[in-house]
Amino acid sequence: MFKFTSCLLFATAFVATVGLAGPGARAADKTLTVYTYESFTSEWGPGPKVKEAFEKTCGCSVNFVSVADGVALLSRLKLEGAATKADVVLGLDTNLTTEAKSTGLFDASGVDVSALKVPGDYKDDVFVPYDYGHFAVIYDTQTIKNPPQSMKDLVEGDPSQKIVIEDPRTSTPGLGLLLWVKSVYGDKAPEAWAKLKKRVLTVTPGWSEAYGLFTKGEAPMVLSYTTSPAYHMVAENSDRYQAAAFSEGHYIQIEVAGLLKNAPDKALARDFLKFMVTPGFQDTIPTNNWMMPVSETSQPLPDAFGKLVNPSKTFLMSSEEVAENRKAWIDEWLAAMSMN
Amino acid sequence: MLLTKAEMRRAMLGGALSLAGIAVFVGLAVFALLLSSGASSILAAVLEPYILRVLRFTLLQALLSTLLSIAFAIPVAQALARQQHVPGRMWIIRLMAVPMGLPVLIGALGLIGIWGRQGLMNALLLKLGMAEPISIYGLSGILLAHIFFNMPLACRLMLAALERVPAEYWLMASGLGMRPGSIFRFIEWPVLRSVIPGIAGLIFMLCATSFTLVLTLGGGPAATTVEVAIYQSLRFDFDPGRAVVLSLLQIVLTSVILGALSFLPAPGDEGTTAGKALRRPDGRLPGARLADGGVLLLAALFLGLPLMSVLLAGLRSDLMKLLREPIFWQSAATSLAISISAAILALLISMTLVSARRAVLLRRSGAMGAGAFFAAMGGASSLVLLVPPIVLATGWFLALRSFDVSAVAPLLIVAINALMSLPFVMRVLEPAFIVHKRRTQKLAASLGVTGWVQLRLIDMPALFKPVLTAFSFAMALSLGDLGAVALFGSDSFVTLPWLVYSRMGSYRTNDADGLALILGIVCLLLTIAGTMGPARREVAVHG
Amino acid sequence: MGDPQFAIEMHDVGLQLGTQDFHFDCRLPAGAVIAVTGASGAGKSTFLNLLAGFDTAAQGRVLIAGKDVTDEYPARRPVSLIFQDNNLFAHLDIFTNIGLGIEPAMKLSTADRQSITSSLEKVGLAGFEQRMPGTLSGGERQRVAFARALVRNRPVLLLDEPFAALDPGLRIGMAALLLDMHRETGNTVVVVSHDPDEVKRIADFGLFIEDGRIVVAAPIDEFLGREDHAGLTQFLHS
Repeated sequence: MFKFTSCLLFATAFVATVGLAGPGARAADKTLTVYTYESFTSEWGPGPKVKEAFEKTCGCSVNFVSVADGVALLSRLKLEGAATKADVVLGLDTNLTTEAKSTGLFDASGVDVSALKVPGDYKDDVFVPYDYGHFAVIYDTQTIKNPPQSMKDLVEGDPSQKIVIEDPRTSTPGLGLLLWVKSVYGDKAPEAWAKLKKRVLTVTPGWSEAYGLFTKGEAPMVLSYTTSPAYHMVAENSDRYQAAAFSEGHYIQIEVAGLLKNAPDKALARDFLKFMVTPGFQDTIPTNNWMMPVSETSQPLPDAFGKLVNPSKTFLMSSEEVAENRKAWIDEWLAAMSMN
Repeated sequence: MLLTKAEMRRAMLGGALSLAGIAVFVGLAVFALLLSSGASSILAAVLEPYILRVLRFTLLQALLSTLLSIAFAIPVAQALARQQHVPGRMWIIRLMAVPMGLPVLIGALGLIGIWGRQGLMNALLLKLGMAEPISIYGLSGILLAHIFFNMPLACRLMLAALERVPAEYWLMASGLGMRPGSIFRFIEWPVLRSVIPGIAGLIFMLCATSFTLVLTLGGGPAATTVEVAIYQSLRFDFDPGRAVVLSLLQIVLTSVILGALSFLPAPGDEGTTAGKALRRPDGRLPGARLADGGVLLLAALFLGLPLMSVLLAGLRSDLMKLLREPIFWQSAATSLAISISAAILALLISMTLVSARRAVLLRRSGAMGAGAFFAAMGGASSLVLLVPPIVLATGWFLALRSFDVSAVAPLLIVAINALMSLPFVMRVLEPAFIVHKRRTQKLAASLGVTGWVQLRLIDMPALFKPVLTAFSFAMALSLGDLGAVALFGSDSFVTLPWLVYSRMGSYRTNDADGLALILGIVCLLLTIAGTMGPARREVAVHG
Repeated sequence: MGDPQFAIEMHDVGLQLGTQDFHFDCRLPAGAVIAVTGASGAGKSTFLNLLAGFDTAAQGRVLIAGKDVTDEYPARRPVSLIFQDNNLFAHLDIFTNIGLGIEPAMKLSTADRQSITSSLEKVGLAGFEQRMPGTLSGGERQRVAFARALVRNRPVLLLDEPFAALDPGLRIGMAALLLDMHRETGNTVVVVSHDPDEVKRIADFGLFIEDGRIVVAAPIDEFLGREDHAGLTQFLHS
C-alpha cells in the first residue's frame, strides 16, 4: 500500500529536519572546535562568555560541540577515533584522564600548570585543569539541625535521615563518593557501605535526578559539591541548603582540558589552553560553572563563596590508580549495597 | 482469491522491504559495534554471577509490572467501554496518552510528588496518624511507576478492542438479560483475551528495558536491569562487544517470554456489523454506574494526581520567560520535526508489514517460507524494542564516523525513534486493519475496487481513526524521548527533553519543571488530535 | 468456449479446506433460477465462493457464461453478488455504494448516474441516494444491493441466503422482486437457500449438496419429487 501523500509529507519533514541540523562550519577563517559538556555551553554556563572573550584575542571563531557530560565526552572521542574534529576537549575529570591518554589522541599541552592553585597536587603535562570542586554532602537546614561532621558520622548516623546518592557506574559524583569512602576507609570500605546503605534513600543514575529529589524534599541530604550552596545563595538568595564539612577531608573533582594530536591548528589550540588559566576564562567559572577557579580571577569571589566549606584535607587518587581499580571497587560497592 | 496477483505481490514486496530495512538498520549497528570491539571476554560477560542476578531481577520486575498493569487496566477499560456518555470520559482517555509522551524522569518526579516521602499520600497518612511513611524506593516503587506508565496504554488498547465488538452484541446481551458476570464471560473476556497477549508482550518489553525508573526508584544497585549493564558497557567501560552480547541476551530472554505468549490465541473473528451506533444498555444499571464511576474516579486520580504535581511544579516556574526564549522555540521545532517524521516513518513501515502479514494469511498455500516471513515481520516489529537505542546510536555512529555525523544525526534519530514506536503503532493498526478487511474485503473484491481507489474511498475513512491514534502515539513517544539524542547532541540540535535535562543539570529545576509542563501539554494536545472526530466517520462521495 | 445453454459449468472442480475436501461437477442451465440447498457445513458457501472467486480450485475448471474463469479475480467474473448482510459499505452513502458497482474508481458518466437513479426507483427506494446504510432497515439495505446488481447487469447473479435475516412477509416480497428482475434481465440466478418454501416458490432448478459434493442436480419438478435422498427429503419437509 503506498500512501503517496504521506510519502510527500515525510519527505518534507525529512528535509526540514536535516535543514534544522544546521550547517557544521561557521564563517571566519580560523575555527577552533571545542568538545565539551552540555552545561558548559548552555546560556548560563561559561561557554558564551568564554567564546566571546577568546574570539576577541584570537581572531578566530570558537565552535562548541556539546555532549551530555564528561563521561560522554570520552565515549564520543573513542567513537570518533582519529577522525575526530575536536581541537580541544574540555570537561574530562581526573578519573578519566588515564583512559583518555590511552586513546593516543592527545598531545602535550605545553602549558605550565605549576602556578595553578589546585588542592590535591595535580600535575600532568597533557591535561590542564580549569576548575575544581570538592564533593560534599549538602543538607537541608530546615530538616537537619545537626549535620554530620565527618564521613564516620555520615556512615554511622541516624538511618531515618536519608541521603540520595548517585550511581558510580553512570555518574562522576557517584564515582567520586566511592573513591572518597575508599580514601577514608581503605580496606574497610565494604563495611562502611553496608552501614551507609541504611541511610541511602535511593541511588540515581546521575546528579540531576539526585539533586532534583533533594530539592523536592524527598531526602534531607544529597551528594553534591561544596559549591552547590553558592548557587542557591547567589541566584535564589537562599541559604537553606548548606554543605557539611567532614573532618577527614573531602574528595576533589578536578576538571581538565587537553588538545588533540590531530588538531589542524595546534598553536591555536595551545593558545586556548593558555587562555583557560587566565582571568578572561577563570572569571566565568564561579558563577557560571559553579566550581572553584584554578587561578586568579579579576574580581574577588562573591561573598557567598566565602561562606562555603573549605576542606582542610583533600583526597585525590591518581588517575592510574583509579583506572586500575575502578572495576574491582565498583564490584565491591555492588556487593555491599546489594546485601539485604 | 481475495487479492489480485498484483495486490498480493505489492503487499509482500512492501513487507519484505520493511523487514529488510529494519534488519539492515539494526544489523549494521550491531556489526559496527562488533567490529570495533576487538578481543573481549564475551563468554565471561554472560556467565558472571552479577549478570545472572541482574537477569533475575529484570525478569521479576518486568513480569510483575506486566501482570499488575494488565490486571488494573481491565476494570478501567470495562468501565470506559460500558459508560459511553459519562462526563469527562473523553478527557480520561486523552489523559491516558500523556504518561507515554512524558520524559520518564518527569513522570517519576510527578509520582514522587504524590507517593514520595514528602508526597501527598504520606501527608494524608500522617494526618490520619500513621507514623511510618510509605516508601516507594524499592521494588514497590518500580512497580508503581511501571503501572503508571503502562496501565494507560493497556487500557486504551483494550478499550479499542472492546469497542470493536459489533454493537449488536451488547444490545443482544441486554435483551437476553445477561448479568455483568455473564457479559464478561461471554463477550468481554474473549475479546480481551485475544488482545492481552500482544499488550502483555509489549509491556513486558518496555518494563524489561526500563532504565531511569529502575535506577531512580529502585533504591539501590540490587535493582539493576540488563539495560543498565548495557548502558554502562558503552558509556563507562566502552566495551562494545559486551554491550552487543548483553543486548542479544536481553533479546533472547524476552523472545522466550514472547514465544510463550504467542501460543495464546490471536485476535479472532470479531463478527460483522451493519454499522449501528454503539450503545451499552448494561451501563445504565445503577450497580454498574456506581462501580464504573468508582473505578474511573480511582483511575483518574491515580493518573491525574502525579500529572497535577507536574503541573503545579511547572506553574511555579516562570513560564512566560521560558516561552520567550528563542532556544525554546528552536528545540520545540526540532522536536516536532523529528517526531512527525518518525511517526510517518513508523506508520509507513507498519502499514506495509500489516498488509504483508495479511497477504500471507490469505495465501493459504502453507508454504514454509510464507509462515516464517509472517513470523519474522511480527517478531521484528516487536523485538526492536529490545535493542537499546544506545546500541543502535553508537553502532551507527561508528559506522558513519568518517562522514559528517552532525548532518546524518537527525536522520538516525528519526529512524531510531520510528523503530521504537513501531510496536505500539502495530498494535493499534493491525487489529483495526484485520477487522476492517474482514468486513469489506469480499465486497471490495467482488466489485473490483482495488488500489488507490480502495485506499481513498474504503480504507482511509474506516481506518482514519486508528491511523490518527497510532500517529499521535508515535509522535508522543518520540517527543518525550531523550535516548539517541544524548549521544549526538550538539548546540545546533536541541530537542525539548534535552532542554529539560540540561536545565536540571544546571541547578535550574524550576525551569526544568516549567519545560516539563509544556512538554506534557504538547503531548496532551497531540492525544486530543488523536481521539478527535465522531465515533464513526461518514463520508459521502460523489464521483 | 463452453456450451451456450449452460450459464455455469464446473468441470471436475476439487478443493481442500483444512480437513474437508470438496468436489463439484455440474452444468447449470442459462436463464434459470437455481436453488442451492444442503445442510449446514455441507459446502454451499464453498460452492458459491468458487463461483464468486473467493476460493480457488486446486483442480478442474470453472466456466461462467461460457468463459473460463478458474483463475480470474472476483471482479473480472461476469457475476454480481449479494450476501446475507454487509452488502454495503457502512460509511458511504447509497449513491456511492451503487456507483462502485458500475465503476470501482467512481468515474461516472451522466448515463451512469441516470441508471443509478432508475435502479433505485425500480426497487422502490426512489430518492434514497444521499441516505446512509445505517439509517435503512435490513430489507431496504438488501434492496439497495439489488439495485446495484441491476446496474451491473451481469449474466449471473449469486445470492448467499439473501433473505434469511428478513421477516416472512418481507421475504416473500423480496423474492418477488428477485423474480421481477430476473424476468426483466434474463440473467441466471444462483441462490443459496435454507427455506424449502422459498425454493418451491422461485426456483427452476435445484442443487443439493452433501459432504462437499453435489448429490442432486435436477430441474425443479424432478428435484422436488426425488425420494431417493434422505437428506433432500428431510430438507424438503422441514
